[in-house]
Parts: sequence; C-alpha cells; structure tokens
Amino acid sequence: MEIDVKAAAGTLYIYLNGELDEHSAPAARARADAAIDAHAGADKVVIDLAGVRFADSAAIGFLLGRYKKLKRYGTPLYVRSVPAAADKVLSVGGLYALIPKI
Amino acid sequence: MINRMKLEFAALSANEPFARNAVAAFCLPLDPSLDELSDIKTAVSEAVTNCIVHAYRGGQGTVVIECETDASAVHISISDAGSGIEDVPRALEPFYTTAAGEERSGMGFTIMQAFMSDLSVTSQKGAGTTVRMSKYIGRGGDAKVADAD
Repeated sequence: MEIDVKAAAGTLYIYLNGELDEHSAPAARARADAAIDAHAGADKVVIDLAGVRFADSAAIGFLLGRYKKLKRYGTPLYVRSVPAAADKVLSVGGLYALIPKI
Repeated sequence: MINRMKLEFAALSANEPFARNAVAAFCLPLDPSLDELSDIKTAVSEAVTNCIVHAYRGGQGTVVIECETDASAVHISISDAGSGIEDVPRALEPFYTTAAGEERSGMGFTIMQAFMSDLSVTSQKGAGTTVRMSKYIGRGGDAKVADAD
C-alpha cells in the first residue's frame, strides 16, 4: 500500500494505492496519521481511493479510525474516486453516513 | 466436472493476498464476472483475517482452505484450530467485535454473508472454527435474461 499526500487550498488529500487489508492497514494507518498531524490546520481531509485495487473490512476500520482522529481536530473527512469493489464494502459498512463521498 | 483443491499455510497476515488470489485463480474456469471474483476474494480475505486475528490472536497457527467447484458454484471451507467462537450468532451480528480498540469494524461476517450466496459457521471453544461459504456463479447473468423478458 503506497500513500501519497498533497495539500492544496486548505485541503489535505491522501491518495491510497494498492491493496488495503489486515496486512497493509497498520502501515497505511501510520502514514495517514503522520500526514494528518503534519497538516493539523487543514479545513478538510479527502482520502482518494482511485488506486485501491482491493479492500476488505480493514478499509472500514482504516477510514473509521481516521474519522475519529480528525473529529478530535474538528476536521471533516471525505472520500472520493471509490472503485466499485471498495464501494460495495464501504456501502455494506454504512460508512458514507459518517464519511461522505464527494 | 467436480474439481477440488486444498491450501494450508501459516496464519500470517502476509499470506492474505496469496490466499484470496489463489482461491480466485481456482475459480477462473467457472468464468465468473469481475464482480463475482471480487466478492469471492473479499469474503476469503475476511475469513482468513478472522483466523489470524481472532482464532490465533496473532500467534502461531495454520489456516486450511478447501475449495470445490462444480458446474456453477464454488464451495469454500476455511478452517483454523484456534480459540473458537463462544457465541456464533452474536459473532455474526454487524459491528460485533472483540477487538474494538484495534480499529476493527466488526463487519467481517456481515461482508461474507453479503458477498457470498451461502454461509455457515461451526465452532467449538478451544478447538477451532470452520467457515463454509458458497458462491453461485452466473446468477447475475440469469437475472439479466429474466429482466429482458
């Protein structure tokens, strides 16, 4: 799982690339949290999933964890470019009620 | 034609991609759609994760996957010899997890149920768990034919 980060106009973009499962989630979590802490003043955070080739319920845990972390900063979290397979997992998990798709 | 295969591997999270991709590859002669293949890979990944995280709790152990395909379905059995599940009906409930502090969603069994055609779980405390699930291939195609009528 590779993670790229870009900050522009008050928004922190986190790009996930690869497979998000139990094996890859801990490293992805550490990288994403470091980026969030480094951009603590961001107006919003957008996690871009276009490069995610596989996701299971570890993706739900990963996104919920970042949602809770950002809530402490008062920063809203969004996801975008969700591939169909990941979308099915996130929909079953009811995730979009907390983390809207843009 | 009935076809069978059996995989046995160490309960390491590094083996998750191998396990789901091996099962998916075994299913290819059934000519599944990309969606069906993705469903199977996701369900297998969830079951293997349960073996590693819950049954063996990150310790040593072995996961066994047995697959059988017939003309229109794949039947998958994923077993461990770990801690077992004390209350299976409760474990099947959405959002139920025994490891909430580790960012686990408690959605593993819900996803297996949603993505596969059938699912059953047998478990004995202290002796292990077996998850059996089937996916009937081509039902999406049947639905399209029905819709066309």
